[in-house]
Amino acid sequence: MTQTEGSDSVILRAERITKIYDGTIALNNVDFNVYRGKINILVGENGAGKSTLMKILAGAEQPTAGRLLLDGETVEFKSPRDAARHKIGIIYQELSLFPNLTVAENIFMNRERTSYGVMIDSKAQQAETRRLMERLEQSIDPQELVGNLRLGQQQIVEIARALIEDVRILIMDEPTSALTNAEVEMLFGIIRELKAQGVSIVYISHKMDEIQQIGDYITVLRDSRLIAEAPVSAIDTSWIVTSMIGRDIQRVYVHERHAFGRERLRVESMTLPRPEGGYLLDGVSFSLRGGEILGLYGLMGAGRTELLECLMALRPEASGRVWIDGKEVKASNILQRMRQGLAFIPEDRQREGLFQPLSVMDNIVIASLSAYLRAFFLSARKEKAAVTRLIDELAIKAAGLQAPITSLSGGNQQKVVVARNLLTRPKVLLMDEPTRGIDIGAKADMFRLMSQLAAEGLGIIFVSSELREVLAIADRILVLAKGRITATFTHEEATEQALVEASSALAAGAL
Amino acid sequence: MRNIPSTTRPGMEEQPVEHARGRANILTLFQQRRFGMLLLQLRAFIALFIIIVIFAFLSPSFLTVSDIIINIDHASIYAILAIGSSFAILTGGIDLSVGSIVGLAGMIAGGLIYQGLVLPMFGVVVYFNVWIIILIALLVGALIGFINGWIITRFNVVPFIATLGMLYAARGLALLTSNGATFPNLSGDPTLGNTGFPFLGSGLILGIPMPIWLMVVIGIIAAFVAKKTPFGRRVYGIGGNERAAELSGVRVNRVKLIVYIISGVCAALAGLIIASQLQAAQPEAGDAYELTAIAAVVLGGTSLFGGRGTIGGSIIGAFVISVLSDGLVLIGVSAFWQMVIKGVVIVLAVVIDQVQVRIQRRAMLAKA
Repeated sequence: MTQTEGSDSVILRAERITKIYDGTIALNNVDFNVYRGKINILVGENGAGKSTLMKILAGAEQPTAGRLLLDGETVEFKSPRDAARHKIGIIYQELSLFPNLTVAENIFMNRERTSYGVMIDSKAQQAETRRLMERLEQSIDPQELVGNLRLGQQQIVEIARALIEDVRILIMDEPTSALTNAEVEMLFGIIRELKAQGVSIVYISHKMDEIQQIGDYITVLRDSRLIAEAPVSAIDTSWIVTSMIGRDIQRVYVHERHAFGRERLRVESMTLPRPEGGYLLDGVSFSLRGGEILGLYGLMGAGRTELLECLMALRPEASGRVWIDGKEVKASNILQRMRQGLAFIPEDRQREGLFQPLSVMDNIVIASLSAYLRAFFLSARKEKAAVTRLIDELAIKAAGLQAPITSLSGGNQQKVVVARNLLTRPKVLLMDEPTRGIDIGAKADMFRLMSQLAAEGLGIIFVSSELREVLAIADRILVLAKGRITATFTHEEATEQALVEASSALAAGAL
Repeated sequence: MRNIPSTTRPGMEEQPVEHARGRANILTLFQQRRFGMLLLQLRAFIALFIIIVIFAFLSPSFLTVSDIIINIDHASIYAILAIGSSFAILTGGIDLSVGSIVGLAGMIAGGLIYQGLVLPMFGVVVYFNVWIIILIALLVGALIGFINGWIITRFNVVPFIATLGMLYAARGLALLTSNGATFPNLSGDPTLGNTGFPFLGSGLILGIPMPIWLMVVIGIIAAFVAKKTPFGRRVYGIGGNERAAELSGVRVNRVKLIVYIISGVCAALAGLIIASQLQAAQPEAGDAYELTAIAAVVLGGTSLFGGRGTIGGSIIGAFVISVLSDGLVLIGVSAFWQMVIKGVVIVLAVVIDQVQVRIQRRAMLAKA
């Protein structure tokens, strides 16, 4: 273990924290230091215990054993309220917002501005929210319902909630996972300013470049244990990866070229109008061959998700023609499209991808139940055979077929969603941010899986916001901006700079 | 706020300041001439209006002043129940025990007036002043609500089951107070100093019956609490995302407890009004009223999943149900058909509600 001795003092120290959830150990005797006025990075694979540790620091969970020292004195946080009283704020990874309330109402939940102590002063709340949004460089209306906001915007609101309070320690659990590059830059600007004001930051991230960019100290967790702590200046990316997974990063992003087959999918002038005028998708045409992995890159709102949704007939107002294996697809509902060979893995795994109360097996077979009937009844034997095979092929780590889906790590949950879609025997797999919120080891697995499926002749379209990922994995990259294709690159042609330029709004305007 | 750093914002000036309005505000809709949405938003009101016009047409006496007052008087009992139920439903819960609380509160008040509080160990019977009796009955309602809330929050029992149990238990208690008999003649005895109970249900102030005054006052307070106070905001928050409320530091259990107490007190008040109007307390009073209250809340546009709806909507919903019942009786529709019609109206209201949600969502998604 690398111990840091220096002039930096520790403001909050977690000592020998152990947390046990119904028999499984989430944290095992972990020490964690938050250095005063520094940006303290916490990394680790999913399931390593990062989020649990953060929840303990923020009072949302209580440790089974161990203690917290704030400024050298033992403190006990029984609830998020207790932590807030000590000026500790947190931005959660899973959005903890109220979709039915407005942006301003969300930001001021449980810290309402009141007049005469009884009445909520909506005007003051909205004015403060508006000022905050201006500083965050966002044009989000304080009176907009949060449920109507895009994921990235919701994340901004989540961040804004933490900023409205006067905090000494701010914990950020993967705050950038749904942000565009511009938004990330904006956030980093804020983080640096907060640091300049003496706020101590705890920052969880999966993204290597982010760590190098803003981190002061880094702590690595693996398998619920503390692996190492070091100043960021003293380490490099390979150190982080090796500490996290004990593997080499070169093996994460592998690109294997497969022989392309014939054309599997053709899309012509896919157009999706906005009711208010203008287009979400404006005459998008492209084709995809068997064995090809096509990356869709673009900024938030460029129309990437919408394009996949149109292909699945989830947008009835869309127009455009689609061919699968040379046959035009006329069906206008998702079941028909699935039968004709399309499969869709949605972006929001928790809300749209998983059946939370169901088991691993039920989650896998639910899209193809009719294949496992014996007369009118489901044949458990047939189901089991199919599911066991897939769990094997996809290397899904689960305690068993009947394990609750919620007991799996993010990466394994994602594999379950993929498995479900493979059971429908697709010809083309549409994946919307398939690696969002999963750790680097699981990402490597996911990429290997995609490559393997392509080798079997499947056409794959995947949406990603991570440049490095698109550049490394895709055989061909389509860049979308404002609903149009602004550029197409082959794997060899694509560069970071070219992608960024093509994805900017200017590129769309120049067309 | 101190900690929010200001950063330079290149290009922000060019951003149009025009904001997409999230919550479809009636006034804004009117200004934007989106009359379709406006009609949907005001549907409960429009439904009420149409019902009134139809009945006015079919029955000449329907729109006389005295009939109108009688109608509002009936509606006010449902409205008070619906107001209480609204809070529970807004948190995503439900209170099935309100009908039984109506019966129990009436029986307790009736018993205390009719036979007094019998204390066998002292060999005395205590008669209370009517106001104290009313207070006791309301406290019983609060206590039942507290027990509901306590079971729900302390033992993590779903509200449906907890209050379903209370539906039986409270009704049983109501029957036990008199062994199933009715307490008649609740006008009180001047010599015992417990007269005046009938005033609650039939008294007039400025020519308007007490229940209407009570409904107006409670309605205004409840609407204010729901929309303008931190407590109300937290009720909506819990209904929208309970986990988020917890993580925001909201005392979720306490809010829920209060919500069921409010529901219990409103139900007890409705029970007192009914007993007072009849000048008799029947243990079966308020049978199935919980369903009427829920129907009123839903008619008023409140989502049974919580987080969406208004107190005003619930009151209008109560009026729709009450006017519909009274009107159908007035024009001589058979009781059986009345039930069919009410059922259709309730489901239709929710169907329209879903249409509205869909239209709104489509418009918002397109904007984003």
